[in-house]
Amino acid sequence: MPEITFVQALRDALYEEMRGDDKIFIMGEDVGLGEGAFGVTRGLMREFGSERVKDAPISEAAIVGAGVGAAMTGTRPVVEIMFGDFLSVAFDEVYNKAAKWRYGHGGQFRIPMVIRSAFGHRAGNSMEHSQCPEAVFMHSPGIKIVAPSTPYDAKGLLKSAIRDDNPVLFFEHKQLYRIKGEVPEEEYTLPIGVADVKRKGTDVTIVAWSLMVHKALEAADVLAGEGINAEVVDLRTIAPLDKEAVLNSVASTHRLVIVEEPNKTGGVGGEIAAIVAEEGFELLDAPIMRVASLDVPIPYSRVLEEYVLPSVERIIDAVKTICTY
Amino acid sequence: MLDPEFRLRLYRDMVRMRLLDEKVVELKLAGKITGGVHSAIGEEATFIGACAALRKDDYMLPTHRGLGHVMAKGIPMTKIMADCYGKVTGTNKGKGGIIRICDRELGVLGISGTLGGVFVIATGAGLSIKLLGEDKVCLAFFGDGTSNRGTFHESLNMCALWKLPVVLVCNNNEYGMYTHVSRAVATGDISRRPYAYGIPSQTVDGNDVEAVYLAVSEAVQHARSGEGPYFVEAKTYRWRGHHEGDPGVYRTREEIDQWMEKCPIRRMKERLMNDGILNQENDEEIWNSARKEVEGAVEFAEMSEFPSIDTVYEDLWAE
Repeated sequence: MPEITFVQALRDALYEEMRGDDKIFIMGEDVGLGEGAFGVTRGLMREFGSERVKDAPISEAAIVGAGVGAAMTGTRPVVEIMFGDFLSVAFDEVYNKAAKWRYGHGGQFRIPMVIRSAFGHRAGNSMEHSQCPEAVFMHSPGIKIVAPSTPYDAKGLLKSAIRDDNPVLFFEHKQLYRIKGEVPEEEYTLPIGVADVKRKGTDVTIVAWSLMVHKALEAADVLAGEGINAEVVDLRTIAPLDKEAVLNSVASTHRLVIVEEPNKTGGVGGEIAAIVAEEGFELLDAPIMRVASLDVPIPYSRVLEEYVLPSVERIIDAVKTICTY
Repeated sequence: MLDPEFRLRLYRDMVRMRLLDEKVVELKLAGKITGGVHSAIGEEATFIGACAALRKDDYMLPTHRGLGHVMAKGIPMTKIMADCYGKVTGTNKGKGGIIRICDRELGVLGISGTLGGVFVIATGAGLSIKLLGEDKVCLAFFGDGTSNRGTFHESLNMCALWKLPVVLVCNNNEYGMYTHVSRAVATGDISRRPYAYGIPSQTVDGNDVEAVYLAVSEAVQHARSGEGPYFVEAKTYRWRGHHEGDPGVYRTREEIDQWMEKCPIRRMKERLMNDGILNQENDEEIWNSARKEVEGAVEFAEMSEFPSIDTVYEDLWAE
């Protein structure tokens, strides 16, 4: 199987889907002539023209909101919000318009749109260019949230997101764009809402998504050398959450560590912990641990940034703590 | 001069709208309707005149104020009333109630509960129309207060930049909830704002249904011919409070009385009578038939079922 980068996998998904359906269009800041701040849309304007790959003004609320309006009137927009942090400027349009329009209007409208956004920390990007806001939007019923960790997952899930008749918030981690992975040449899609076990194990379950899957896998390698066999469950989708996959894994390992990049309070990890406490209390042999950023805005200085973010070492510590409980 | 039958239709629709709004206020005060009621009594000419300029397949985004726009676009009064009651026979089956009366087939796209959502949705509808090569337009209603939202400016810029077929109709009824437009809008006439984006614009007497119709028709023609967006500000006045229950401490009785003298329905009635199109007899017939229609709608809503609790998750996701 050929190896391609994460960014190429995303680009291939956009190419393939746009070739197959002329109702799909892309809109966002610098996605056309500028080829995207992270290069995801490179070449697309040349291929599909400026009506289908639209450079938008700096107007996040209108980019997402117009996406919703377009989606309910017969087209299939894929809008790009350059940084996940900027979704705060379009909060109403994601949280209320995209997620709730269909339900509130008695199911009369479909909102087949994708909101792509680069999220996560990258050295020195600091507090308004580093955040992972998935937990905020998970709180709004009606929108799907996807955050893949590999090129293979990224391509298959983006294709599914574009074909989905519901709004999908699709998070791409800045530090993953350049990683490589095997992606088949033949057409495939992956189901939204299904987690994937990235490493089999018996002693402890580590749940993670996006970049943190790679940190969890690094930690699992180190732990294996010390006789602890960790299972790594990649959620891939935050909403709808594949709670069966989490509970099934915990049923065999009896221990759970959740690793998430944003700060701990009010996060997705708390939700997963609550689900396992409510529905899998008997499965547990030890308390659930969360490894997350500290509850501060992401600071700029390298020293502070490293200290705030979850590290492989903290994951290892958490696993060891509950394995010796 | 407009066709006499058409002028009568404008008048009849204003009467229907008035009686429907009055009934809904009455039902709200009687505790039959749970949601907030924002009546448009006194503002009929704006909504009826503007909707009359649209084709059946054009898109329209209503405001929370009144029920005349959704009625004028073709949604039957029975369904409108069922939505007010939260019954399953309404357009949104009890999910969105009085605020979210909509109809995909009639192009009534629904309402944003956060004011200003209308602009971005209309921009998107304009994008679809253009991309699909259709000759529809999208008409967005909004109030004077809503023109202060950032989404107004983002959307007007986009609509102008991309020449989208969007018609913006500002129902300037002088109040954004409790605040007078002079205390909220820096530019005086709201129709001055679109000039900043190169969007043609005019202010009309919002209590003159024919003037509104003609201005919006010009706007629709402009948008439909590919010339881009067009803006109409219709100046009218809100007779009742922002909502039923508004204590109204911010304005005087005299101010309201002065505007009630300018009633758009009475004005059209006098005009039609002077022109020999309306007489006492057919006027009574118009009012009586509208009353019957409203009573029939109430009966329909009363007889309809509430949604089953089994439907609570229905329509959260599209299959």
